[in-house]
Amino acid sequence: MKNLDELRKIRDEVRKGLELRSGTHRAKIVVGMGTCGIAAGARDTMKALMDALEKAGVSDVAVTATGCAGFCEREPLVDVEITGQAPVRYGKVDVAAASRIVKEHVLGGKKVESLVFG
Amino acid sequence: MSKPRMFLLVPIDANTVIAGAREVKNRFSLEIGKRGLAGEAKVIETGSFGPADAGVVVAVQPDGVVYGRLAPDDVPRIVEEHLVKGRPYVERILPGEKPPPPPESEDARHTQLHGRVVLDNCGRIDPDSIEEYIANDGYFALGQALTAMTPAQVIEEVKASGLRGRGGAGFPTGLKWSFCAPVKAREKYVICNADEGEPGTFKDRLIMEGDPHKVLEGMAICAYAIGATRGYVYIRGEYAISIERMQRAIDAARAKGLLGRNIFGRGFNFDIEIRKGAGAYVCGEETALIESMEGKRGLPRLKPPFPAQSGFRGMPTNVNNVETLANVPAIIRRGAAWFKSLGTAGTPGTKVYTILGHINRPGLIEVPAGVTLREIIEEYGGGMQSGSFHMAQLGGTAGDILGREMLDVPLDYDALQKVGHSLGSGAILIMNESVNVRDFLHACLKFFHHESCGRCGPCRNGLHVLRDITGRLKDGKAYKDDPGLMQEVALALKSSAFCPLGQSPAAPIMSAWRYFKDDILSGVDSNAARPRMARSLRADLSAAI
Ligand SMILES: Cc1cc2nc3c(=O)[nH]c(=O)nc-3n(C[C@H](O)[C@H](O)[C@H](O)COP(=O)(O)O)c2cc1C
Ligand code: SF4
Repeated sequence: MKNLDELRKIRDEVRKGLELRSGTHRAKIVVGMGTCGIAAGARDTMKALMDALEKAGVSDVAVTATGCAGFCEREPLVDVEITGQAPVRYGKVDVAAASRIVKEHVLGGKKVESLVFG
Repeated sequence: MSKPRMFLLVPIDANTVIAGAREVKNRFSLEIGKRGLAGEAKVIETGSFGPADAGVVVAVQPDGVVYGRLAPDDVPRIVEEHLVKGRPYVERILPGEKPPPPPESEDARHTQLHGRVVLDNCGRIDPDSIEEYIANDGYFALGQALTAMTPAQVIEEVKASGLRGRGGAGFPTGLKWSFCAPVKAREKYVICNADEGEPGTFKDRLIMEGDPHKVLEGMAICAYAIGATRGYVYIRGEYAISIERMQRAIDAARAKGLLGRNIFGRGFNFDIEIRKGAGAYVCGEETALIESMEGKRGLPRLKPPFPAQSGFRGMPTNVNNVETLANVPAIIRRGAAWFKSLGTAGTPGTKVYTILGHINRPGLIEVPAGVTLREIIEEYGGGMQSGSFHMAQLGGTAGDILGREMLDVPLDYDALQKVGHSLGSGAILIMNESVNVRDFLHACLKFFHHESCGRCGPCRNGLHVLRDITGRLKDGKAYKDDPGLMQEVALALKSSAFCPLGQSPAAPIMSAWRYFKDDILSGVDSNAARPRMARSLRADLSAAI
């Protein structure tokens, strides 16, 4: 170790990767992963969400699964909960929709109206 | 590949390993792989974050769920329900436990962790990852000391913080360092005392298992302050996981240039080695520890000269406890004034305890110095498990036994001294009425008798006598003069034994007498007569002493 700057660099780098693990997140994306969700392709949706977040270099958004919400024919269902805002539910989220939701809503802060469950 | 979205933190320490934590952890990896979740869920080993007596514990983040008492066969259910379907498996959730919170800023961390200083990383970070320690401001104190402070300034800061040794005696740490610093010598040493032989105390083990780098950083700062170039961690041999993790931490620090030559480009050289102890209680006493490190039988040395003058290999040596050293980085990083804002005037900072016995949540806690026994039982221990409070032993077997009267005394060195007690090593054993003080005293005395090193007469012979007297009291067969003789011998040992081991049985004995006189007297059989041979023992003993 030569100096404090070198140490600082390691700290800031590693910190990014630790945020999620400690339970802090700016936003949470919940994917319906009941039998119905999985049959409708929720696993691919989940992957697409995670890839999109990774590509954007975001590390403070949690992605979790949940069970059937009772709207099986609208699966895969995805809820986006940005901390401090009302949650938004999307229906029939395929791979393309997933990356749009990440880009426009999670990162851009604007609901994707055409996909909102309603 | 994307980053994992779920993290399973599995505390691996000696307690959880016995409960099967390794098997559970392996099963998690297996089941996660089977379900094709390997990229999504990551299993991480950590140190303990508190709960003991809860079997295998696993925290799932970012969901903030803590499971306890897990067996490998619970794992498929949890993976299926929680990881795949997102429904926590309620049957195994540990009530009242919160998983450790995030890094963020140091202030936020401190508040969220309820003011933890020593254990702030335990159970949160991977102890085998130096990067994660650095991400939590690790080694910044060392960097700051080396680049912006003189050794004298470091000592002043530690003095001003009021930090007192956490190994049992509570000696002011800055003052101790200032004895060693001015002594001129070819080489000086820093020793971290990780022998932890006091029954019921296992805080140092959990600190080393959960956050080994913090101890190393504290040692390096101490070395810089006193001018030492070599450090040793004396760890008892049974502490296998502590030894492994400390060794890996030393290797990682060396690889990063945080130990070794020219640290932070400041010409400061310091390296650390581990020495294993063979498990004798007396070897926790600093001079016996040094003898043992030199390859000799672990017998205490006559003081003075103190180790600061002549210690390991006759060189100036500073010995500090694990917890003491683990407090140092935060003091340097955040300043003495901050440290003094925690705890009490006489005992600034926090204290780490292992709380055990008849309480609902035994385990490892860190609390501001000065909280009372009642608060510890109610707030941290989850209340009495059964019955009501009868007595507590503070500080391991060499500690005082306290009765109900002491429930509201602040646990700090000075406040306890005022009422004639001491804080000791950090073990708190809570007992309900099912424990008889006579049984308990005898168990303590058997321990001392077994651990006496035999160097000096008063302790070698006196403990034999005390063990027998307490044995008779326990059986209800004590002679009329036994209670008096017990105190007389205990006090004789206190004033004449060569080292504190022989001096300390007076602590449990005299304090038990203070609170439970009637219970002790009930062990006397008024018809029992002392056999002729034994009657002369008292005369012999007074002559010997
Ligand atoms: C019989 C006996 C056992 C001891 N065991 C320990 C021990 O296990 N760990 C420890 O840190 N100090 C132990 N001590 C106290 C040490 O001698 C020494 O005071 C301490 O390591 C100093 O560190 P500190 O100033 O940081 O508390 C023991 C003392 C005696 C007399
Ligand atoms: S007091 Fe006991 S332990 Fe200490 S030197 Fe004497 S015999 Fe050994």
